[in-house]
Amino acid sequence: MNLGVPKRDTVRTKAFDPIDPLGLDRDLNSDERLVRDTVRSFVERRILPDIATWFERGEFPKELAREVGELGVLGMHLDGYGCAGASATAYGVACRELEAGDSGLRSFVSVQGSLAMFPVRAYGSEEQREEWLPRMARGEVIGCFGLTEYDFGSDPAGMRTFARRDGGDYVLDGSKAWITSGGIADVALVWARTASDDGPTGTASDGATTRTVPEAGARAESDGNNGGSIRGFIVPAGTRGFSTRNIERKLSLRASVTSELSFDSCRIPARYMLPGARGLRGPLSCLSEARYGIVWGAIGAARACYEAALSYARTREQFGKPIGGFQLTQEKLVNMLLELQKAQLLATQIGRLKDAGTLLPQHVSIGKLNNVREALAICREARTILGASGITLEYPVIRHMNNLESVLTYEGTSEIHTLILGQAITGIAAIT
Amino acid sequence: MKIVVTVKLVPDTNADKRIDPETKRLVRTGVETVLNPFDEYALEAALQLKEKAGGDTTVTVVTMAPENGKEVVRKALAMGADDAVMLSDPQAEGSDVWGTAHALAKAIAQNGFDLVVCGTQSTDAITGELPGMLAELLGVPGLTYLRKLEIDGTTVRAERETDNGYARISAPLPALASVTKSINEPRYPSLRGIMGAKKKTIAVRTLAEAGVGQEIGNAGARTEVTGFETPPARGKGEVYQAADAVAGAQKILEFLREKKFV
Ligand SMILES: Cc1cc2nc3c(=O)[nH]c(=O)nc-3n(C[C@H](O)[C@H](O)[C@H](O)COP(=O)(O)OP(=O)(O)OC[C@H]3O[C@@H](n4cnc5c(N)ncnc54)[C@H](O)[C@@H]3O)c2cc1C
Repeated sequence: MNLGVPKRDTVRTKAFDPIDPLGLDRDLNSDERLVRDTVRSFVERRILPDIATWFERGEFPKELAREVGELGVLGMHLDGYGCAGASATAYGVACRELEAGDSGLRSFVSVQGSLAMFPVRAYGSEEQREEWLPRMARGEVIGCFGLTEYDFGSDPAGMRTFARRDGGDYVLDGSKAWITSGGIADVALVWARTASDDGPTGTASDGATTRTVPEAGARAESDGNNGGSIRGFIVPAGTRGFSTRNIERKLSLRASVTSELSFDSCRIPARYMLPGARGLRGPLSCLSEARYGIVWGAIGAARACYEAALSYARTREQFGKPIGGFQLTQEKLVNMLLELQKAQLLATQIGRLKDAGTLLPQHVSIGKLNNVREALAICREARTILGASGITLEYPVIRHMNNLESVLTYEGTSEIHTLILGQAITGIAAIT
Repeated sequence: MKIVVTVKLVPDTNADKRIDPETKRLVRTGVETVLNPFDEYALEAALQLKEKAGGDTTVTVVTMAPENGKEVVRKALAMGADDAVMLSDPQAEGSDVWGTAHALAKAIAQNGFDLVVCGTQSTDAITGELPGMLAELLGVPGLTYLRKLEIDGTTVRAERETDNGYARISAPLPALASVTKSINEPRYPSLRGIMGAKKKTIAVRTLAEAGVGQEIGNAGARTEVTGFETPPARGKGEVYQAADAVAGAQKILEFLREKKFV
């Protein structure tokens, strides 16, 4: 009979824990720790055994949607309509653990919860919320978020996708690019320009001509040209005139679907428009939600690489001793650890600000800029410790490293976040 | 059907443990408290019975622990238990296994039950005696060390692990069952479960409220720890240098024969 102590809890209370030496996870409350253990065990059981294969084949197994829905992470930080109603910190912890599996998985969850469900919850009508949110929370309906266009990435205000009012309908024309989950989505949240005579357009400075850093919340109400307004539309897959094409030959975020969305006289009823969002403020508020998840997620990817490098360094011998015994390797590992701890402190503080309701978009920029940048540096350093092994999918390192190249770019590139913060501290906008 | 699961709050099983030479008790300060891992198997078994039975079957968690352990008990609710009863009383401090069994029996009887499910042992004291005592005090059949547990009408059918196999056993309800780690793989709570647990009831009772008349705790303990020692360090394993695989296999076979494994 096996009466040995079951190894289940992931609490770490050793004297010096090489992963969390300062015990930062002990600052989490009991719910947050349960969330951590639950998501971590899911990732260990369901993701880690197969992720290298999915990455290599460039696929995101669609059935994972229902599984993470059952887990409860989809829209977990939203209230009601079948969502768990967890704290921002708990949501962050979940993102961290998901991304320790793969950034593609975390991206799927971010897009579903923060980019597709969040706008319906925040700006949708009661009818829209009832129709979409419970099924999206269960993962039965997959959503995507279409803001970026080929010609308008960092500067989405210039978008050309247009929604023309025609009686009781809107007719969409244009295309979106780089849309996560686009090809597998059952519904797309699409942001498009409408003509200025389409009723009230935004709360404050519609038609404002000053241009500041585009993704900073500061200019959220301004829509750039035309004097029209940017509005959000719920477009179900299969609507005539709406098609998608997956972007192939990616070398990053391969276990995630990235697509183009095309709208060719795509007609949808006017009631599919989100009533509560006018201007860029709408999509930017969604991005702020998703970026918040990245602040935490990046730590997961970096931690996975640090753990892989540490265990490799302890066992791989050269010149008659483990390479972890060489000063150069030790310095690398120590620097990784330091940055990981700092990144976690940032994430925890930003989480607490969000839970307190005092979070500014600029705070999120601090976290996104720092944590993704440092996470990428950690992954690259970890790669060197693994030597040749580091370039294979046998270890998670190069996969995370490549993934983070996307994470560095999407949700506001590091340059854009730098400009947001530059403007915040100097009061002078770089982009005019 | 009313199912009761007994759980214990124990110091983190991964932490280095220390015994206070004065009180001869485990030092619990500075160490995180967790649900006794063995009890998670009991809870999982109960939840599976509930899911199978459906209807108005309930799972109640009963524990004796200081009130500040509430957050740990909530994990059991997050996994799916319906409610919890906590016996929290300074008088309970220092209870030995008899005192604990006595108090739990009162609380369980007060709650009412058709089936009590326990883990085989706790990771702190590791006596493994509680289930047997509890069955006796409740006056119901005790089916222990189960690797399989089913309810068939008003009968419990089970497989009891033995040293060299298992025995099929059964008993009428009400009854008590203790389950081993082979019985299932405990679930992790879902996020909705974690959030939903906030709304579930944890009834905190004093010993008096639970109808425990007898003195338990330190004063009422019937056993005493008279001393403790660190177990001798395990000797190093023997290393054989074998010339080739056949010679190595031969050595291993000899070893297994000697130990009567083959
Ligand atoms: C894998 C992946 C998934 C994505 N998923 C989605 C999605 O689901 N939905 C969606 O809407 N979008 C998505 N995107 C798009 C993403 O948000 C954009 O790629 C991002 O905003 C950058 O736009 P761009 O690629 O056009 O680069 P550009 O804007 O062309 O930038 C190119 C370079 O120029 C720099 N740059 C631009 N302007 C300035 C400036 N003023 N000062 C200094 N430097 C500047 C940038 O920082 C960058 O280094 C995704 C992208 C990727 C890679």
